Amino acid sequence: MAAPSFALDFERPLLELERKIDELKSLSGGAPGDFSAEIQKLEKKARRLQSEIFSDLSRWQVTQLSRHPQRPYFLDYVQLLFTDFFELAGDRSYGEDPSIVGGWARLDGRPVMLLGHQKGRNTKENMVRNFGMPRPEGYRKARRLMELADRFGRPVLTFVDTPGAYPGIGAEERGQAEAIAVNLEVMSRLHVPVVSVVIGEGGSGGALAIAVANRVLMLENSIYSVISPESCSSILYRDTTKAEKAADALKLTARDLLELEVVDELVPEPDGGAHRDPARAAEAVGRVLRKHLQALLAMDGPALVEDRYRKFRAMGPFTLGG
Amino acid sequence: MATWFSKKPRIAPVKPEEVDSLRQQPSRMQGLWAKCEECNEIIYRAEIEKNLNVCPLCGHHMLWPARARLQALLDEGTFEESDRELEPTDPLGFTDSKRYRDRLRVTRRALDENDAFVGGIGHIEGHPVSVGAFVFEFMGGSMGSVVGEKVTRLFERATERRCAAVVFSASGGARMQEGIFSLMQMAKTAAAIARFREVKKPYISVMLHPTTGGVAASFAWLGDVILAEPKALIGFAGPRVIEQTIRQKLPDGFQRSEFLLEHGMVDAIVPRKDLRAKLGALLGLMG
Repeated sequence: MAAPSFALDFERPLLELERKIDELKSLSGGAPGDFSAEIQKLEKKARRLQSEIFSDLSRWQVTQLSRHPQRPYFLDYVQLLFTDFFELAGDRSYGEDPSIVGGWARLDGRPVMLLGHQKGRNTKENMVRNFGMPRPEGYRKARRLMELADRFGRPVLTFVDTPGAYPGIGAEERGQAEAIAVNLEVMSRLHVPVVSVVIGEGGSGGALAIAVANRVLMLENSIYSVISPESCSSILYRDTTKAEKAADALKLTARDLLELEVVDELVPEPDGGAHRDPARAAEAVGRVLRKHLQALLAMDGPALVEDRYRKFRAMGPFTLGG
Repeated sequence: MATWFSKKPRIAPVKPEEVDSLRQQPSRMQGLWAKCEECNEIIYRAEIEKNLNVCPLCGHHMLWPARARLQALLDEGTFEESDRELEPTDPLGFTDSKRYRDRLRVTRRALDENDAFVGGIGHIEGHPVSVGAFVFEFMGGSMGSVVGEKVTRLFERATERRCAAVVFSASGGARMQEGIFSLMQMAKTAAAIARFREVKKPYISVMLHPTTGGVAASFAWLGDVILAEPKALIGFAGPRVIEQTIRQKLPDGFQRSEFLLEHGMVDAIVPRKDLRAKLGALLGLMG
């Protein structure tokens, strides 16, 4: 595998070791002999280093992985898992927002509606995708497509990956909060199966607006939070550099949320994170997605609405005092 | 006496200075005189209270505590509180400059409220309503699990009784200290409203100063009719966050009630003195 061109600090030792191995391999020119013992030794060392680094990631490290610029994005999963993708654009009242992408596709031949936040790979793409931060028209497009799916009896599969809904003047003028609120209500009464997968960042209301699902799955190195660790730290500690501490306080990783019973299943990532092997990451997502979709397809419309209601109705601990 | 003693103290004592600072923070209404934060005039406190906490000089709508509001807007003696026994927990073991647990203890003691929402049933101009209001003084009216649960139950009560729902919102949004659970209250309350729609009774959402974040982006903006008090700050993102993002100053009046009315985001701006009559009229018109 080609070494990624971007590296997080804690990935660097591993990536350097791998580059050394690649160099040795190319020196030996493919002919067995001279370096093979050395290569084997280094490969073993690399495996050990990888498991050392990744077996005990801090919440802040997971946060960084969830935002890794080489992490597979929604459209990568579309390509790797689905066929016949037919993108649909526009909210029919104001505009088209490319930070949420949606459209028909097939999963194993079965027609489904896909929706997902889409980040850009580079500055130019991010100008178009707005770093995956939707404006109201994005949420209204999502709503339109979910209602289409409902009308035609197709399951809705959503992929969550956003820092949050965009906080801008235009977004406020056009009713960002209203757009999100309406989606929450609309999703709660869809008569078709809804499955959401958090593939990277689950940024607050902007994430939830496409994630009121019967089943919510999370990739192992993804996060889902009421507020970003940076904003939380700037509000609570009046210091943006304490994001690491805030990440711990917020308990925002897939593992945390599974433990808190807010999500249904954790999707394991390939060694070293999804960006090291997107095809295998997609395979794992596909496996878990199919399993849950299969179970939901056995339920009728009212049962699906009831199932979703009960799921969210039960969330949020409190006690009864006297 | 015996019952008094047998009550196990559930919360540790609060330092008097903590209580004082908390009491004074929100309203600046201690003592006989109070200062209007808008026109800076010093006004006789009883004058302000008589005027529903609206400045008699400049018309500025000051914070109006939830219980006083409900008492004044509902038909006399009709309000019955529900779910008062719901108490918050600390599901994440959250600590910032203080432990969340301690923050709750101090706030609960100082305000004599369990959390940031008061809900119940009553009548407005003869119409039965399931009604509730935010206690903004309680951690900025932030929504954690208790607030979410109370709002959800408010709509469930309205559904069971087939009566209208009225919610007075004043909140900075989801409560950070309860993390992901606070976020999930947005979905929970919205789903309860979806069910309530089936009984075809009106839900009137009244947005007060301020209504932002996760509260704005869930039940507050789902009203069949949305009213706002004058000059309330209403929006998704707080002004500071927007300024940091776009790196420019926001125009005057941005995200205020009048701005929202102009942009088609609320139905009407209603001064406090007219609120009761307007609510009564709407309930009559909508059934």
